[in-house]
Amino acid sequence: MIKQPINILAIGRNGEIMQVMQRLINVPDKRTGRAVTTDEEAIAACREETFDLVMLCAGIDESAEAGIRQQLAQINPNAVVIRHYGGGSGLLENEIMMAMAGRQA
Amino acid sequence: MSTYITHKADTRGKADHGWLTSFQSFSFAGYYNPDRINFGALRVLNDDIVAGGKGFGIHPHDNMEIISIPLSGALEHRDNLGNTKVVGEGEVQVMSTGTGVFHSEYNHNAEEEARFLQIWVFPKELNITPQYDQVTLDQAKMNNRFLPIIAPAPNKEGTSIHQDAWFNLGVFDAGRQETYTVNEPGHGVYAFVIDGSFTIDGHRLDQRDALAIEGAASVNIIAESDKARLLLIEVPMQP
Repeated sequence: MIKQPINILAIGRNGEIMQVMQRLINVPDKRTGRAVTTDEEAIAACREETFDLVMLCAGIDESAEAGIRQQLAQINPNAVVIRHYGGGSGLLENEIMMAMAGRQA
Repeated sequence: MSTYITHKADTRGKADHGWLTSFQSFSFAGYYNPDRINFGALRVLNDDIVAGGKGFGIHPHDNMEIISIPLSGALEHRDNLGNTKVVGEGEVQVMSTGTGVFHSEYNHNAEEEARFLQIWVFPKELNITPQYDQVTLDQAKMNNRFLPIIAPAPNKEGTSIHQDAWFNLGVFDAGRQETYTVNEPGHGVYAFVIDGSFTIDGHRLDQRDALAIEGAASVNIIAESDKARLLLIEVPMQP
């Protein structure tokens, strides 16, 4: 049984897409979350609250991903970190379900 | 050793939104089947029917190669890259969404429904500059043989995506036999029957059935009906 609401942090560089993500990851009684565009905002958010899932969106390169993962390992070690594909698309629900079920495509 | 998994048409996911009916070969949106997530780099194959005058409003995508193959009717495409196009039967549209694209796709016809395949492939490289392409296919080159509508660049017969993928489309007469040779060792082939019936490596497939093939160096295809139309999607199995 997956606990709800799931608290999600989405990090990506495309501000317009992250606005859409902000809307999509917040579903009453099911999910809460924040969408940010900088690593600094992401780390600050992780210091303020505990996230179940961190979604790395477009624009996050391997170097940024490594940095975020390193910081998260210290601040929020239980968060599941995954890549999000598609920009708030039809894959979002699937990705969240898979991540929370402990599996990934 | 080759492995085969048949995806019968009636085992696909289905979403009915009134204006859109979508049959989903892989998990998508509200359809979640842990045994049908992806086939290698192939992540989405939606068989969509859009009501006249309706469509997908402006919405974003990123880091995905999105291929649309109209089967009947036409879609009106607009995006924030500056493209305004109509893509219809006999054409293929490709969006490499990379760092992000906003687009809309509406049925170009106010009355008639439009049918198209919406296919998503994981990109080989993340965060590329978004691109749009649209090509008209030479129908004569699809008669009783496969036309590589998508292949690594340069592809003079079609177009390309940012992945080592080949999409082949052919329309065959009953009894016609073809052998498809896999381009890269280790790639898988997803055979999707658009129209008619085929026997592929001994597996009988009817309209909208699919066969997921792994580990084969070549695939033997026999058309079992006239005007049988088959889409072969060859992709890396490690996305």
